[in-house]
Amino acid sequence: MAGIAVLCEVQGGDVSRGSIGVLEEAGRSGAALGVPVEAIVCGSGLDDAKLAALGGFGASTVRVADDALLASGIAQPVVDACATAQEAGGYRYWMAAASIMTADAMAGLAARLGAGIVIDAVELHAEGGALVTRRSGLGDSVLAHCGFVSAVGVVVTRANAFAATDGNGGTAPVERFAPSFRAWSQAVALVGHEDAVETGPDISAADVLVAGGRGLGEASGFGQIEELATAFGGAVAATRAVVDAGWYPYSAQVGQTGKTVTPNLYVACGISGAIQHKVGMQGSGTIVAINKDKNAPIFDYADFGIVGDLNAVVPQLTALVKARG
Amino acid sequence: MRIAICVKEVPDPTAVKRIDDGSHRLVRSGENTLNPYDRHAIEAAVQIKEGPAPDTEITIVTMAPESAGRSVDRALAQGGDRSVHIADEAAAGSDLLGTARILAAALKRELFDLILLGQQAADSECYVMAGLVAELLEVPCITQAASIELADGSVTVKRQVETGYDTVKAQLPCVVSVSDAINDPRYPPLPAIMGAKRKPHEVVTLAELGIDASTVGAAGAATSVGGLSKPAGRGDTIVLEDDGTAAEQLLAFLVEKKVVA
Ligand SMILES: Cc1cc2nc3c(=O)[nH]c(=O)nc-3n(C[C@H](O)[C@H](O)[C@H](O)COP(=O)(O)OP(=O)(O)OC[C@H]3O[C@@H](n4cnc5c(N)ncnc54)[C@H](O)[C@@H]3O)c2cc1C
Ligand SMILES: Cc1cc2nc3c(=O)[nH]c(=O)nc-3n(C[C@H](O)[C@H](O)[C@H](O)COP(=O)(O)OP(=O)(O)OC[C@H]3O[C@@H](n4cnc5c(N)ncnc54)[C@H](O)[C@@H]3O)c2cc1C
Repeated sequence: MAGIAVLCEVQGGDVSRGSIGVLEEAGRSGAALGVPVEAIVCGSGLDDAKLAALGGFGASTVRVADDALLASGIAQPVVDACATAQEAGGYRYWMAAASIMTADAMAGLAARLGAGIVIDAVELHAEGGALVTRRSGLGDSVLAHCGFVSAVGVVVTRANAFAATDGNGGTAPVERFAPSFRAWSQAVALVGHEDAVETGPDISAADVLVAGGRGLGEASGFGQIEELATAFGGAVAATRAVVDAGWYPYSAQVGQTGKTVTPNLYVACGISGAIQHKVGMQGSGTIVAINKDKNAPIFDYADFGIVGDLNAVVPQLTALVKARG
Repeated sequence: MRIAICVKEVPDPTAVKRIDDGSHRLVRSGENTLNPYDRHAIEAAVQIKEGPAPDTEITIVTMAPESAGRSVDRALAQGGDRSVHIADEAAAGSDLLGTARILAAALKRELFDLILLGQQAADSECYVMAGLVAELLEVPCITQAASIELADGSVTVKRQVETGYDTVKAQLPCVVSVSDAINDPRYPPLPAIMGAKRKPHEVVTLAELGIDASTVGAAGAATSVGGLSKPAGRGDTIVLEDDGTAAEQLLAFLVEKKVVA
């Protein structure tokens, strides 16, 4: 029976919470379609006993590829592993929670299999015996009901779209398989890694976050962001653009690759509001945006937006907040 | 060194974008521009040419209707030496897989050392094209590059992942998509804009690329959009232009909502 395979990513020794959320959602789809769901895990030095616990989240079997080539989070060897699993399992659908590695791996798999791929799925439905996704688009102004024409369909779900539960404590059989690696997958290798270092306050715990983006112009622009954050008694957050540019530490990054935050107040300054930033902060209580471009997507999901120069507005706001004491 | 840059034409970010109720496709009839994210890929190539590899030739590759010539010129003005423009009515309606098949077929005709893409298209925000194209070309792939270094037939990239920063090295030829923080693209000077039209432009059809039209475009789409609906919105948004009092009005709003004591 052609079932559903869920690529479950191992991060820091454990299967990611995002992957587990998708595995559980796949379980609901699988039940509606009457097909089994299997977990596919790639890595090196994996602990089968630990992975058996994926049975408690809906996997009927856990298939494990354990190889040094799969240790480093490089996507292409994972494509090979998934393709090997596909040959044996004949899955009708593949799913993964969006991450840097899984999105690339699912893209490569779709190309290899000639399969359709849907990115940023936020809902999964069983309709007429097939899986139909809801794909959010155009700044979340529309939900496209996206299905597949191809024999196999690949779904990458939006980060945080499906929250994981604690599971039912069950286990599933773990079966190992040996991927056949392609030459080009071995022509790319991890040669260095810098771990994100936690600096400053934990932004996930802050009640107020003042976030800065590339609109600050340069690294020193974070000075006024820090002052406003201090006035509010909050902490500072940042976009990937400024973290990649070295303006602010990675530990402050909010979004798909960074942290997910839900402060009471989120003040976005000089941030365009790309979807990968939004997914990390849309659960905030009140969202304020200060941006000089009235068409910036951030205004589509702000409660209060100011079209203006942050260099004027932010210092004024800091002074006003301080004056209230 | 031969560098190809895949660039996409997208609806002007300042225009209100809409999906057609009948075809379920993005309406592309308004003002269009070069995908802003792709300008970073062009700048990255120009910096390679200005720096370590002066004999580099930069080829702009796009799949778009013929009307996209202006965006191609814009890309050439920023630093391309020539362009390959795949224009064919049968390509309309291509999804990610179809587009990747077309781009890969065009890229396969020549020997490129490095194939650069933007981090994502501004209209779809899909961010996975590089992975599809690399697989079809059977070459290594590195996405979301925050920096690129070339040496001895290989490319070394620093990129952000969930746990920090990875340094990844791959043999050339290689497909690399670049993060929008990799550089600050320069605006082309007027003579470069004027000169773009005179650079070699090649317009090719699917047949010329040896592509079976039934495997791409709307006919070959692997995905289908069966309907559209409206997601639950966030509710009311107050947006005001700053006239010098916006900070005060914001604070009053926050106090009224009891967000600020
Ligand atoms: C796989 C993937 C994962 C990603 N993960 C993340 C993530 O975790 N977090 C994240 O943030 N991004 C992430 N991104 C990147 C994301 O797509 C955007 O590129 C990024 O968020 C843009 O950052 P920004 O808003 O600071 O910069 P920009 O998009 O350049 O926006 C700058 C804004 O500042 C405004 N501005 C300029 N000057 C002023 C001024 N003086 N006053 C007021 N406003 C001004 C401009 O109008 C503009 O809107 C990811 C992308 C991909 C493909
Ligand atoms: C709102 C929306 C949602 C969509 N969702 C999906 C989906 O889930 N699945 C799907 O299969 N299709 C989807 N599409 C269709 C998809 O956008 C098109 O197939 C498109 O031609 C190729 O993908 P992309 O631009 O989204 O790729 P991305 O991965 O976003 O593009 C990354 C890079 O690829 C290069 N590139 C992209 N297109 C071209 C081109 N035509 N010529 C040259 N270089 C190019 C550019 O360097 C670009 O920066 C969607 C379209 C819209 C408007």
